[in-house]
Amino acid sequence: MNSKVNDIKALFNEKLSSVSSSQQVEELRVEFLGKKGLVAELMSELKNIPNEEKKEFGRIINVLKQEIEQTVSEKRTAILEAEQQKIIDSAEQYDESLPYEIKTGSYHPITLVQRDLERIFTSMGFSIENYSEIVDDYHCFEALNIPKHHPARDMQDTYYLSTENQLLKTHTSAAQNAIMKKYGAPLRAIFPGRCFRNESTDACHENTFFQMEGIMIDKDISISNLIYFMKTMLSEVFQKDVTVRLRPGFFPFVEPGFELDIKCLNCGGEGCPSCKNSGWLELCPCGMIHPNVLSHGGIDPEEYTGFAFGLGLTRLAMMKYGVKDIRTFNSGSLKALSQFKNE
Amino acid sequence: MLVSMNWIKEYVDLSGEDLQKLIMKFTLSTAEVEDIYIKGEEVKNVVVGEIVSFEAHPNSKKLHILKVDGGDRIYDCVCGAPNARLGLKTAFAKVGGSVPGLEIAKREVAGYVSEGMCCSEAELGLSDENSGIMELDPSFKNGTDLKEIFDIDDVVFEVDNKSLTNRPDLWGHYGIAREFAALTKKPLKPLSLTEPVYDGDKKIPVKVTREDLVYRYSCIEVSDIKESVSPMNMRIRLYYCGMRGINLLADLTNYIMLELGQPTHAFDARKIDSIKVGTPDKAMKFTTLDTVERDIDTDTLLIYNNDTPVAIAGIMGGLDSEIVDGTTSVVLESANFDGVSVRKSSSRLGLRTDASMRYEKILDPEITITAIKRFLNLLLEIAPDAKVSSCITDEYTKKYDEISLSFTKAYVDRYTGIDIPDEQILSTLNLLGFNAKLNGEEFSVTVPSWRATKDVTIKADVIEEITRIYGYDNFEITTTKSALSPVRETVMHRDSELIKDILVQRYMMNEVHSYIWCDGNKYKKLGIDVPENVTILNIATPENGTIRKSMLPTLLTFAYENKQYAPSYGLFEIGRVVDGVTAENICDERQRLGVTLFDKTASEKELYFKAVEIIRYITMQLRHSEPQFTRVAPMYNWQHPKNTSEISVNGQKIGVLCTLHPSNLKKIDKNAAVVCIEIDMADFEKAKAMPLKFNEPSKFPGVDYDLSIVTNGKKYEEIATAWENEEIPELDGVKLVDTYELEGEMSITLRFAFSSNERTLSMEEIQQHIDKIIANFNRIGVTPRI
Repeated sequence: MNSKVNDIKALFNEKLSSVSSSQQVEELRVEFLGKKGLVAELMSELKNIPNEEKKEFGRIINVLKQEIEQTVSEKRTAILEAEQQKIIDSAEQYDESLPYEIKTGSYHPITLVQRDLERIFTSMGFSIENYSEIVDDYHCFEALNIPKHHPARDMQDTYYLSTENQLLKTHTSAAQNAIMKKYGAPLRAIFPGRCFRNESTDACHENTFFQMEGIMIDKDISISNLIYFMKTMLSEVFQKDVTVRLRPGFFPFVEPGFELDIKCLNCGGEGCPSCKNSGWLELCPCGMIHPNVLSHGGIDPEEYTGFAFGLGLTRLAMMKYGVKDIRTFNSGSLKALSQFKNE
Repeated sequence: MLVSMNWIKEYVDLSGEDLQKLIMKFTLSTAEVEDIYIKGEEVKNVVVGEIVSFEAHPNSKKLHILKVDGGDRIYDCVCGAPNARLGLKTAFAKVGGSVPGLEIAKREVAGYVSEGMCCSEAELGLSDENSGIMELDPSFKNGTDLKEIFDIDDVVFEVDNKSLTNRPDLWGHYGIAREFAALTKKPLKPLSLTEPVYDGDKKIPVKVTREDLVYRYSCIEVSDIKESVSPMNMRIRLYYCGMRGINLLADLTNYIMLELGQPTHAFDARKIDSIKVGTPDKAMKFTTLDTVERDIDTDTLLIYNNDTPVAIAGIMGGLDSEIVDGTTSVVLESANFDGVSVRKSSSRLGLRTDASMRYEKILDPEITITAIKRFLNLLLEIAPDAKVSSCITDEYTKKYDEISLSFTKAYVDRYTGIDIPDEQILSTLNLLGFNAKLNGEEFSVTVPSWRATKDVTIKADVIEEITRIYGYDNFEITTTKSALSPVRETVMHRDSELIKDILVQRYMMNEVHSYIWCDGNKYKKLGIDVPENVTILNIATPENGTIRKSMLPTLLTFAYENKQYAPSYGLFEIGRVVDGVTAENICDERQRLGVTLFDKTASEKELYFKAVEIIRYITMQLRHSEPQFTRVAPMYNWQHPKNTSEISVNGQKIGVLCTLHPSNLKKIDKNAAVVCIEIDMADFEKAKAMPLKFNEPSKFPGVDYDLSIVTNGKKYEEIATAWENEEIPELDGVKLVDTYELEGEMSITLRFAFSSNERTLSMEEIQQHIDKIIANFNRIGVTPRI
C-alpha cells in the first residue's frame, strides 16, 4: 500500500511538471482527484486491507489527497496569474493623444459676448428687453431729442424703407422710448440689438453691427451714481478693476453726455499701439438721460432722473477675441465662426 | 481743428501753467484733444545772418560760395538758393544748431567747407514757401536768434472736430481761450476792436430775398489798402493752424475765422455795387475761386452783385470777384446763414470748406459786427493808410431770444450727487460768460449768445457747464439707493437661448449671422428669386435693396459657400425678417429661427428625419409637446413641391420644414442633401407649454408587445388613432422600432409597452388590447403582418 501511495505521488509530480495551462490543471485534477481518479481508486482498495491498518492507511491516503489538492490549487492560481499576465502583457496601451476628430457646434461670437453681459446685468437687477430692428422716425430720432435737421438724420447715414416713415434702427437708443412707456419709472433695463448705418464696409466698418444699451431711472439718480455704476459694471465685464474717466461727449439724448474711457487693459496706461499711445481706450458713450427724452417716454423729469449707456457688442467681441476684420461676423464663414465654443 | 497756445495766451494769462497738463484738462472738460505738437522744438541756433561774400562755385551753375556774418563770426557756407545775393539778411542755421529733420554740422559740399545753412521758411517749418531763402528786414541785427524775432516756438494741439459739433463757439481761438480761462480761473481778455471811422453816406445796398436762410448779413467797404503781404508772425500762426498764407486780405479773413469762428469774405470792391442774397430761379453753373465750374440748384443760397452771382453763401467765393494782385479796396462780408441750408448745399456740391464747416454748427449771429471791427483793427495795424469807405450795412433778420434759466442748489446736488460750493458754481458760470447770480436759494443765469443758438436751452445743460469744469475726476462716486426688484426673463429670450444651446450642444450646429437684406447676386447663383417685399430706398447696392422675407435663402447661400469646410454641417441663425406689410403700410417684422442642414454623407430622407428629430426635440424640451406636421404647398419656388410641411404645436402654427426644389439643390451641390427649418419665435411663444407630468413608476413588471404593419400609404398620425382612441390606461407608450420596405410595401414595427400600477398584467389582458388595436388597424386600412 505504501508503495502504491509513493507511486501515485511520483506519477503526480511527474505529470505536474509538464502542466502549463488551466485546462491541463483540470485534467490533472480529474485524473488524480476525480470520482474515478487514482486517489479514489486507492481509497476503494481500503476495503481489502485489514481493519487494524485501515485507519493508518486511510490517514495516509487523506494526506496524499490533501497534498495533491493543495498543489493543484496552487498550480491553478499560478497558471491563472500567468495567463492573465500574458493578456495584460499583450494588451494595447491606448494613446489618448491621437487626434480623433470630434464634432462640436459653435455659437456666434456676439451670442457669447451678449450672454456674458446679460449675466452681469441680470445679476444687477436689469431686465433684458428685445426690440425691433425696424423702427420709425419718431423712436429713432424725435423721441431722443434729435432735431429734424440733425446730420444723423440725413439720408446718407440711415437706411430708409419703402414703408410708412420706417427705417433700420441706427442705434439701440431707439428702444428707449418704448421701454420707458412700457414700464415707467423706476426702471432698470438693457436692450441688446442689431443696428444699421448706411456706409461702405471695410475691415473696420460694417453697416450692420450689435450694440447693447442700458438705462437706469429712479428718483435721485446722479452723475456720481453713473460713474460708480459704470466702473463697477466694467470691472465685472473685464474681470478686473478698471479705471474709468469721463470726458464731455455730445449726444442729443443725454445731458450731460460723456465719452467714457478706460485705462488701457493692454499696457495699464503706459501707452501702447492698442490705445494709440494715449493710455486710454474710448469704450462707451453714456450720460444722464435728457429731460426731454424722459418726458417723451412719459416720465416726469422733475421727479425722476436716470442714466443711459451704450456698449458696442461687436467692438467688444473684436477686442475680446482679437478679430481684426469686422466683416467676419456677418460672413457666414465656418472656417472663422466654428472656432467660437461655449465659455 | 488746430489750436495755437500762443494765440490762446493773447487772451488768457497762462504764465506758470504746464501747457501740456492744461491741454489734457481741456480733453477732460471740453473736447477731445487728439495730438499735441511742440512747434519750433527742432529750430535751434538759427540766427539773422548777412551774406558778406558771394562767389559762384567753379563747377556748379546753381551753387554759390558764401561768407555769412552770423553775429559772432563769419561762417563759410555753400548755398544753392536762387535768391542768395551779397548783402541779403537771411535765416542762418549755424553749425551745432538744427532745423526740422536736420542737425547742422560742419561738412564739405562740392569741395568746399560749409558751416551752416541759409534757410527757407519751409526748411524752418514756418510755411510751405520753399522758392528761396528767407529775406529778412535789413534792420535786424546779425546774430539775433530768429526765435526772438518771430513766434517760432508754440504748442499746437489738434481737437477732434467731431467733439465740437455742438459747440459753435469753439470753432475759433477766442472761444477756446474762454474755456482755458474757466479751467485756470483767470479772466478772459477782451478782443482788440476798431470802430469804423467814416463820415460819408455810402452804404452797400443789401437785399435779402430768402430771409429763412439768412439770419444776418453785415458788410463794409475798405479802400486804399497798399500792403499785400501779411506779417511773418501772422503767416506762421496760420500755417501752424493748418492754413496756407495767400495774400494779406485772404490771410486776414482766415485769421478772423480762426480767431472768432466767424467766416468772412473779401470781395474786390470794384466788382460789387449792390448785394442780393437769395436762391436762383433755375439751376445754373457757377465757377468758384478754386476755378471749378459747379452745378448750382435752386436750393443753393447765392450772393449776387446786382443779378450776377459772386459767391456761394457760406461755402466759397466766385472766381470773378476774387481778390487779385491789384486789389486795393474790398467789400468785407460778415454774415450768418442757416446752418442746415449750408450743410445741405455743401454736401450736394461735394464742397466742404472751413467756412461751411463752421456755418453747419449754427454760429452766433451777434458776432458778425465784432468780426468786422476785429478785421479793421488788424488791417489798420498792418496797412495804416487803409480807409473805411462806407457805412456798415447790417441786415439782421433773425435774432435769437435771450435765454434765462434758474435753478436751485438742491437741483444741482440731486443731479450731480455731490456738493459743489455756491461760489464755485457762480465763478465757473461767470468765467464761461453766463452772468450767474444767486438770489437766496435760486441761481439765475443768462445764456451767452454764443451758446444760445442750440447748445444751452435747459437747466440740465447748465449742470453740464458746472460739472465739466469741476472735473469728473474730482467726483466722489457712490452707489444708487434704488429698491430691489426681481428680474423676469421673457419667454422669447429663454426660448432663443435654449434653442441655441440645443442646436449647438446636441446637434453640433454652427450659429451664424447674416444681413437683413436679400443678397441678390448670391441668390441668383442658387436660382433663388428675390421676393417682393419692403425695400431700402437708399442702399448703394440696389441688388441688396430688398428686406428678406425668410431666413432660409441667405442660409442656403452660406451652406453653398462653406462646401469646402466639411462634408456635413448645420447652420442656424435667430434673426429678423419682414413678412410683408400691414394695412397701415408698416413692416410686419418677425423674429425667426432659420436652420439649414447640409450633408454629403446622408440621404435626403435621413437628413429630413434628422430635421424632424430636431424639431421634436425642441418642442418636447420647451413645450413638453409633440409637433404636428401638415403637408402644405410651397410658399417659395425653391421649396420642394412635395416635401414642404407646416409645423405646429398644440394647434399653434410655428413654422415650416422643407427640402429643396431639385433645380436649386443641384446648384448648391449635386451630391448633397439639404433640409431647411424655419420657426417663427413669436408664434412659438404662443404655443402653450404643457405642464410637465410625472407618473409614479410602476412596481410591477411591464410587458412589451411588437406589432408589424403594412402602412398602405397611411400617415402615422392616422395609424396612431388605432390605440389613441381606445384610451387604454395600461398602455404606457408606443415606440417605432423599425421601418422597412418589403415587396414594394412600406412596413413599420411598433413596440407597445403595457404596465399597471396595481398588478402584473396577464398575457390574456394584453391580448385583448392588442386585438382591439388590430381590429382598428383593419378598419383604418393598414394591414397587420401576423
